[in-house]
Amino acid sequence: MITQNPGSWDFHGGIHRPDCKSMSAGKFLGKVPLPETLVLPLQQHIGAMAEPVVKVGEQVFKGQTIARVSEYIGAPIHAPTSGTIAAIEEHPVPHPSGLSAPCILLQVDGKDEWGELPEPLPYFDDMDPSLLRERIRWAGIVGLGGAAFPTSVKVNHGPDRPIQTLVINGAECEPYITCDDLLMREQADRVVEGIKVLLYVVDAEECLIGIEDNKPEAIAAMRKAVAESGLKDVQVIQVPTRYPMGGEKQLIKVLTGKEVPSNGIPSEIGVICINVATAAAVTDAVMAGRPLLSRLVTVTGEGVNSSGNLEVPFGVYMSHVIAHAGGYSDKAYKLILGGPMMGFTLGDDQLPVTKGSNCLLAASREEAPAPDKAHPCIRCGKCMDACPAQLLPQQLYWYARARDFDKTQEYHLFDCIECGCCSWVCPSHIPLVQYYRFAKTETWALEKEKRQAEDARRRHEARVERLERLERERKARLRQKKDALEKKTAANGANPRKAAVEAAMKRVAEKKARQSEAEKSSGESS
Amino acid sequence: MKLPVHTSPYGVLPNNVTRVMGEVLLALVPGIIALVYYFGWGVLINISIAVTTALAAEAGVLHLRHRPVRPALSDLSATVTAVLLAIALPPLTPWWMTMLGVLFAIVMVKHLYGGLGYNPFNPAMAAYVLLLVSFPVAMTQWLPPEMLNAHPLSFAQTLTAIFGGGLPDHLTWDTITSATPLDAMREQLKMNKTISEIAQNPMWGNFGARGWEWVGNWFLIGGLFLLWRKVITWHIPFAMIAGLLLASGLFWLFDPESMPFPGFHLFSGGMILGAFFIATDPVTASTTPKGRIIYGFLIGVTVFIIRTWGGYPDAVAFAVLLMNMAAPTIDYYTQPRVFGARDKDNA
Repeated sequence: MITQNPGSWDFHGGIHRPDCKSMSAGKFLGKVPLPETLVLPLQQHIGAMAEPVVKVGEQVFKGQTIARVSEYIGAPIHAPTSGTIAAIEEHPVPHPSGLSAPCILLQVDGKDEWGELPEPLPYFDDMDPSLLRERIRWAGIVGLGGAAFPTSVKVNHGPDRPIQTLVINGAECEPYITCDDLLMREQADRVVEGIKVLLYVVDAEECLIGIEDNKPEAIAAMRKAVAESGLKDVQVIQVPTRYPMGGEKQLIKVLTGKEVPSNGIPSEIGVICINVATAAAVTDAVMAGRPLLSRLVTVTGEGVNSSGNLEVPFGVYMSHVIAHAGGYSDKAYKLILGGPMMGFTLGDDQLPVTKGSNCLLAASREEAPAPDKAHPCIRCGKCMDACPAQLLPQQLYWYARARDFDKTQEYHLFDCIECGCCSWVCPSHIPLVQYYRFAKTETWALEKEKRQAEDARRRHEARVERLERLERERKARLRQKKDALEKKTAANGANPRKAAVEAAMKRVAEKKARQSEAEKSSGESS
Repeated sequence: MKLPVHTSPYGVLPNNVTRVMGEVLLALVPGIIALVYYFGWGVLINISIAVTTALAAEAGVLHLRHRPVRPALSDLSATVTAVLLAIALPPLTPWWMTMLGVLFAIVMVKHLYGGLGYNPFNPAMAAYVLLLVSFPVAMTQWLPPEMLNAHPLSFAQTLTAIFGGGLPDHLTWDTITSATPLDAMREQLKMNKTISEIAQNPMWGNFGARGWEWVGNWFLIGGLFLLWRKVITWHIPFAMIAGLLLASGLFWLFDPESMPFPGFHLFSGGMILGAFFIATDPVTASTTPKGRIIYGFLIGVTVFIIRTWGGYPDAVAFAVLLMNMAAPTIDYYTQPRVFGARDKDNA
């Protein structure tokens, strides 16, 4: 059936942009030393917010679970080192809104003392895969490519969706970012070990590792590690360098020729896609029983003195990380979390590194200039040519601008992956992606409102019905009482109503008689 | 430390509207040089009048609309409209007629519909049609090309003719102007002459009329430049030319003595200019890939229909305006398949 080799398919659109990776590629600047306090947001992933299981003032140890999740989609948080819980409160978090969110503040004691850890599972292939999923869930592993979707949910595809291909994403297509590159170059074995576990857990037939061809060292290291592991059906595929090659849907298309359905997920077509760093985290969880406590972060851009990659425990302030990369240079203008295409600017650097923080880009004015004033759209269609989701960005823009959200959905707004290609090529410099984000949030808000209105209506109807029912029941009870009473008097052989009427009539007659008598006597006296 | 907050992506491709329009103007240069060579100074004078009027009109309307004037003027879109209209006009068009056309294009067709990007009709072509239906005589008074022109006018004489309407004493309008090749072909066919008889006339060259055919070629060079620079895509020009060649070729095969050879259609009138510079105006054209092909093809066919059976000899302007009206509908029905679209989504 398959007529093409893996990696030889293509996706529509995309852009070529200078990758600017050489500044940090292959450079490891070591592990960031622990600061005095760590700030651990309870929401570092997609899904439900974690709930703290520790109290303020409690002593915790490295690797100890300090927040757990009860919802299916979510991930627990662990203490990245030992110390005391200083506070559980709102604190600014890295989010485009710049708002605060609940965080656990950990006072570091400097001992870095490990707590009790679960057993390593080196013979995992004798075990029930569900136990391994449980371990991945316990370890708090989320997609480390930036999206931070809980991995345990991803690998729990269900028995009705057999997985054919495990796609390992080493494309790292965003310019500037090199943390996955470094990981593959230096810890390819750890990645391959994780692949072994994942292959077993999802029971896939094959594994395709996609790496962009601007990372030859990583490709060579991964090929070597795969060969040494003795794994069959695992291939390292060199894919062309074109943004957004690392987009899940795009990479799957290029490697397998299959398209993830619109509004669907990869497991529907028998594919699961996992980032290389996530695979490495799985190795730690299964082989060493260690939860996810730190990650590799690229610190780069003309705004820092020495670009490179650092291992950063979660909760460390970005300012601390940048200080460890030689501090800001004179050219520093903006701080971007993530890459220049999909990252977002941070208004402040006193924010913690979280599980999804893959890159801190301190950009100069030349690298990330202030946005130009937008000109009118001339409908040139460059955006359409660049769109990897094959949308009509221009039409979406018109309708988003006109707040016609039904129409934006008709033009498949929710298939937009917000990759930024359309904005990048637009000669009128219209911030197109911003319009789509706006349209999406508005649509969600409208739907929520609709749902709430629907709920309120249902509640109201239920209340009216309940009141009617109570009234009906009350009346029924009354009738029952009356009936019972009537039955009783009937049984006594007298009609109570008749008796009452007769008594009343008697009383009236007596009263009349008394009155006429009184009148008579008064007439006599006058 | 407080840092500026902007939305992603950061940085843009070094491209902007001014550059796009500038490349269109640059691509027009070879054709304009050819026009000047064959038809004299009038072409340049027309362009100067048109551009000046367009910039003044644009500035005036923007001022009235309380919009920033400078960015709109520097985007060169008004200049492109003015130049396209000017080179479509006969070389000795009176100055006020050019001005009227440009004013109509900028004020009515462009800004009354909302300005750049909002106008449903191609401003240059709408203005051309306005002038054609209002002043049919003046609009068909072309000069013969240089090699057939017995009385070439000097720069000063041209200036006088355009601004004062006067000609040197020994000349009359009838002696210096001639019909366009399309008009000539039409008139001769009406007189029941066969194509081979008509072709005897010295005005005919290799594939079209002498002089005219070469102007077409120079515009073609500019068009190819736009393709190379990716300012336009191949869809519209090729589909439009294909539509014209197919329609005219079909009829020519059946009746070569009363239907002109397809090459004649291609290299006469505004076909090449229209295919590469006018129908490709992104604001008023179809934007989906399939839509662009349909849009271009229909323009090509319409051009042939109007030229053959319509009331006006040249038809590019009419055909473009007609298809401008159809473009939104064409776009709606030719939406590309979305990535991962399920079959039911596409139905």
